[in-house]
Amino acid sequence: MYKYDQYDQAMVDARVEEFRDQTRRRIAGEMNDDQFKPLRLKNGLYLQLHAYMLRVAIPYGTLNSRQLRKLAEIARKYDRGYGHFTTRQNLQYHWIKLEEAPDILAELATVEMHAIQTSGESIRNISADQYAGAAADEICDPRPWAELLRQATTFHPEFSYLPRKFKIAVISSKEDRAALRWHDCALRIVRNEAGEEGFEVYAGGGMGRTPFIAYKIRDFCPASHIFSYIQAILRVWNLHARRDNIHKQRMKILVHDLGEEEFRRQVEEEFQNFLTLGTDFPQAEYDRIAAYFTPPPFETGLSEDIDRSDSAFALWVDQQVIAHKAPGYAIANISLKPIGGIGGDVTAEQMEVVADLAERYSFDDVRVTHAQNLVLPHVRKADLYAVWQALDEAGLADANLDLVTDVIACPGLDYCTLANARSIPVAQKIQQRFADMDRQLDLGELKIKISGCINACGHHHAGHIGILGVDRKGTENYQLLLGGSGAEDTTQAKITGPGFDEDGVVDAVERAVERYRELRDPGERFLDTYRRVGFDAFKEAIYG
Amino acid sequence: MADALRFRNDDPIEEPAVSLDAFLDQDGASAVRIEAGDDPRRLIPHLARVKLVEIGIPRFRDGRCFTSARILREAGYEGEIRAEGDVLVDLVAFMRRCGFDSFAPQAGLNRADVDAALSRYANVYQHAADGAVPIWKLRHG
Repeated sequence: MYKYDQYDQAMVDARVEEFRDQTRRRIAGEMNDDQFKPLRLKNGLYLQLHAYMLRVAIPYGTLNSRQLRKLAEIARKYDRGYGHFTTRQNLQYHWIKLEEAPDILAELATVEMHAIQTSGESIRNISADQYAGAAADEICDPRPWAELLRQATTFHPEFSYLPRKFKIAVISSKEDRAALRWHDCALRIVRNEAGEEGFEVYAGGGMGRTPFIAYKIRDFCPASHIFSYIQAILRVWNLHARRDNIHKQRMKILVHDLGEEEFRRQVEEEFQNFLTLGTDFPQAEYDRIAAYFTPPPFETGLSEDIDRSDSAFALWVDQQVIAHKAPGYAIANISLKPIGGIGGDVTAEQMEVVADLAERYSFDDVRVTHAQNLVLPHVRKADLYAVWQALDEAGLADANLDLVTDVIACPGLDYCTLANARSIPVAQKIQQRFADMDRQLDLGELKIKISGCINACGHHHAGHIGILGVDRKGTENYQLLLGGSGAEDTTQAKITGPGFDEDGVVDAVERAVERYRELRDPGERFLDTYRRVGFDAFKEAIYG
Repeated sequence: MADALRFRNDDPIEEPAVSLDAFLDQDGASAVRIEAGDDPRRLIPHLARVKLVEIGIPRFRDGRCFTSARILREAGYEGEIRAEGDVLVDLVAFMRRCGFDSFAPQAGLNRADVDAALSRYANVYQHAADGAVPIWKLRHG
C-alpha cells in the first residue's frame, strides 16, 4: 500500500490548516455560506438536512487497518458511532458539527487520509477495481496509476474550478467491477501488440438527470502520457462547457453537443500541445509508487481445500468468496447489506472487527466496493472459516453478494437535501420481501439500485432493476427501470411506465422478478432474460 | 489601479484594456481584455504587441480564466496578466500558478491574507505556468 513521504504529509497537513482558517472565517462571519460553500465542498463537507456531512476520500478504495481504526474512532468521537460507505468507495459521516470538521481532518491526516476533492466542481477521488492486486484476470495492479493520478490531480491549479465534478476510474481487467463507463473519464489498462502498457480511454459518461455511457475516445494512450491526455480532456471541457445552467455543465453534455468525433479531434489537438509541455510524470516516479504495491509475500504450497462441513459457512463461501491469483488464497467479500439494515452503514465496532481481520488474515489490506461492501483481498483458504466466524459474530456474515438483497441505495431523503424521496426504506422492504435464502439463490445475480432523486447516487440507471424516487405532487413516488448494467456489458436502464408508491414499487419488483422466473432459460440471469425477450414482456407483467 | 496587487517589477500599464474584438480590429492597442468565453488562442498571433491581458472573472466559480491564462503563458507571453472581477483570496494561489501576476478584485483583498494563502503550500504536485518545481522532481532530483 502507498505510504506518504514528507511531501505528501506536508500537503495534507497544510490542507487541514487552510480548512481550519476557512472554517474560522465562516464562523466569524467573514464569509457567508455562498462564499464558503464551494470551499467546504472542495473538502467534502456538505450541509444536509440535519447536520453537516463529511465525505472522506478512500483513494482507489484501499484501506489499511490503522486507517480503518481511525475511521472507527472518528465515528465514535465526532459522529453517532457509525459511518456510511458510498458508491464511489468513499466513507461519509452524516452527523458532523462544522466547528469540529477541521479537527476530524487533522485526525485523518495522522493516518495519511484526507477529504480533498471529495465533492465540489473538482477532479474527484479516483476509484478503481476493488480486487486490484488480487484478481485472477487483471493485467497488472491498476493502483499505482491511480495513486500517480491522485497526486497529479490534487490541487491542480487549472482544474480546481471546473464546470462540474469530474470522476475518474481505473481498472486493468476485462471484467468491469468499477462501473467504468459511467465515469467522466474511464481508464482501462491494456497492452498493445508490442506488449507495451497503455490505456484504453473512455470519456463523457455519467449518471444524473441526463445519463450517458462513456464512449471510447482512444484505443491506446501510452501509459507515460496519460496525464497529458487527461489534462487535454479537461482543458477542452473547461474552455467549452456551458456555464449558464448547472444541469448542463457535466462533460457528457459537451461530448453530446459537440459529437464524439469533434470532441476527440479537439482533445487530440490539445494532447499534442500538452506533450510539448513536459508535464507527464517520469518513469522513475511511477516506479517509486509501484514499489508500494508489490504483491504481499504470499506463502507457497498452501492447501486449496476448504472444509465445507458447516453448511452456513459453505453458503457464505459460495456467495462471498472469489478466486485469487495466488494459489491457496481467496478474495473474501464482506456484505454490508444485512436484511433490514442500512446498506453501506458500518458501526465503529464492526470497523474494528474488520481492521483486526485484515491485520491478521489479509496482509493488512481492506477494500471498499462501489456496491457499498467491503473486501478482504488476500485470505488464505485455510483461514476462511476463522474469518467467517469472526464476521458472523459481528453481524457481517450475510451471504448475498450480487443477489437481490445486495441493494445499492443512496442515503435519500432520510439525510440528503437534494433527495425527493427516501431510498433506505424501499431497499429494506425489498430485502424483507426476498429475504428467503433459497429464493435469493434461485434468482441468482440480480442487481437492484435505488436513488432518491435524479442525481442518481444510487446508480439506478445501471441497475438490472433500478428505482428512482421522485416527488409527485408532494408525495414520494417511485419509478421502476429495467435492463441497466454497470459491468463490462454497460447499458442504461429504461423506465417502465408510471410510478408507484413505496409498497407498490416493491410489488412491481416482485412481478418483474416472477416474470423472469417464468421466462428464463437455464443458466440465464435476470438481465440476460430481459435482454433476450425484451422490455414488453416485463412491462406487461408489471402493469398487467 | 490603486487597489491592485501586482507581482511584477515593471511599471503598471495605464492604458485601458479594450475588448478582444476591438484589439484584433486595430494595430495600436497593447492592453486587451478577455472575457470568460473568449478563445484566448485568438490572441496568440499578436502577443508581441501585448503588454497587458486583463481576464474578466464574472463569478469566482467560473474557472475558464485559469485555462486562458495558462494558454497565454504556454504561448510564451511574458507581459502582465491581470485578474479582474470576482477574485477571492482562496483563488489567488491557483491563479499565480496559472500565470496571473496582478489582481484587481472587485471586493478588494487584504495583502496579508494573500501572502498567507500564497505561502500555505510549500510544494506542488504538478507543473503549471509558474515554474514551480513539482514534487516528483524534488523526489528524484
